[in-house]
Amino acid sequence: MKSAPFDYVEAGSAEEAVHLIGEAGSDGAILAGGQTLMPLLALRVASPAVLVDINPAADMAGISESGSGLRVAARTRQAHARKDPLVARCLPLMVEALGHVGHFQTRTRGTIGGSIALGEPAAEMPALAVALGATIELRSLRGTRMVPAREFYVGPYTTVRADDEVLVAVHYPAWPDGTRTLFEEVARRQGDFALVGLLGAIAVDAGRIARAGLAWFGMGPTPIAAQAVEQALVGTAPGDVDVAELTRVALGEVAPGDDLHASEQYRRIVAARVFARKMRALLAEFAA
Amino acid sequence: MSLHFIEFELNGQTVDGMTESRRTLLDYLRQDEGCTGPHAGCEHGVCGACTVLVDGEPMRSCLMLAVQANGKKVETLESLAAADGTLHPIQQMFREEFALQCGFCTPGFVMTMVALDRAEPRPDAEEMKKALSGHLCRCTGYQGVLRVIDRLAAGEGAGK
Repeated sequence: MKSAPFDYVEAGSAEEAVHLIGEAGSDGAILAGGQTLMPLLALRVASPAVLVDINPAADMAGISESGSGLRVAARTRQAHARKDPLVARCLPLMVEALGHVGHFQTRTRGTIGGSIALGEPAAEMPALAVALGATIELRSLRGTRMVPAREFYVGPYTTVRADDEVLVAVHYPAWPDGTRTLFEEVARRQGDFALVGLLGAIAVDAGRIARAGLAWFGMGPTPIAAQAVEQALVGTAPGDVDVAELTRVALGEVAPGDDLHASEQYRRIVAARVFARKMRALLAEFAA
Repeated sequence: MSLHFIEFELNGQTVDGMTESRRTLLDYLRQDEGCTGPHAGCEHGVCGACTVLVDGEPMRSCLMLAVQANGKKVETLESLAAADGTLHPIQQMFREEFALQCGFCTPGFVMTMVALDRAEPRPDAEEMKKALSGHLCRCTGYQGVLRVIDRLAAGEGAGK
């Protein structure tokens, strides 16, 4: 349970982090909150030659308005984001989802960007970014690129981020006033990874659904955007949605696996119940 | 491997020393400072027995490197009881409510509750109970611990 030896270097800014990880390449790893990387080091699942610690990088933490949306710097602590007034106003779904990320004692150190960069398929923050249409800002010595969250995840713990790139921020677009959200996570215990998770947002304009963003977590190798569901919803009046039919569409998009915690079949059964129940409740809110 | 000189505040005292980069804060506290309040349980972030306060916030000391404590303020169980042995109000409640048996997990629970006790605004009982999900206990069955939480949520504690 002791890590293999490694060199440790501190990055005092995002620019320093980019240089340090650029030099280290595939031998390096970025240490953000460490709530996943530190266990992987202890178990010797990961054994980087160099750890680049971004905790001293003050410019990598903080939440600001950007255009009409929010820019959340990567090293922002989960606990801080959960209490941030801008997040409460513009991204209430993040506040709700963060209550399910790890524990009280890990959110004080765990970061938003760390969770998104890790790409745990059953985690809340990647699914939130996918559902709301966030964009991920990656920086390297080669330049900066913006990647839509929906194109970021390739497989379990695998993203399109290259070894020399630092995830510096996540940009969440604004959703219109009156947007309603849904969130459900089924787990055996508080703080466990989701057996089945669903979150999303729906906005209505002039009596019809103008925008819908939904994603599953714990239901496949990556967070899964419910694209067919979104397409079926947009343009329809909330009262005209056939939830039973939509649930069948939703189940066609998920790819749950069998593991120690739940079978594929169990996950599908729970997912159907979660989807139908939460979707009915959300659509009913627009009618009220 | 790299070696680093670190200096930080531990329970009100400035301490310093050399640490290997891979050394966790937990091992440094226990082995280099003789500060054995934080317990080494799972050593990979699951059990919560090593919870300490860093700059006032509860964190798992097995998931932090010692070198990262440089310049920080660290508080452990040792900071709680008075010099004459008088227990901290939370420790006293643990005793009164039979909230411990073997005591292995207790330092972690107590440090989390110290953080909850100081929090502004004070979390409600439900939020406090959720915070306990970050600790595993294998003998009390948690009922005594939950009685302490009820008392804490009702306003008891040190409040600072």
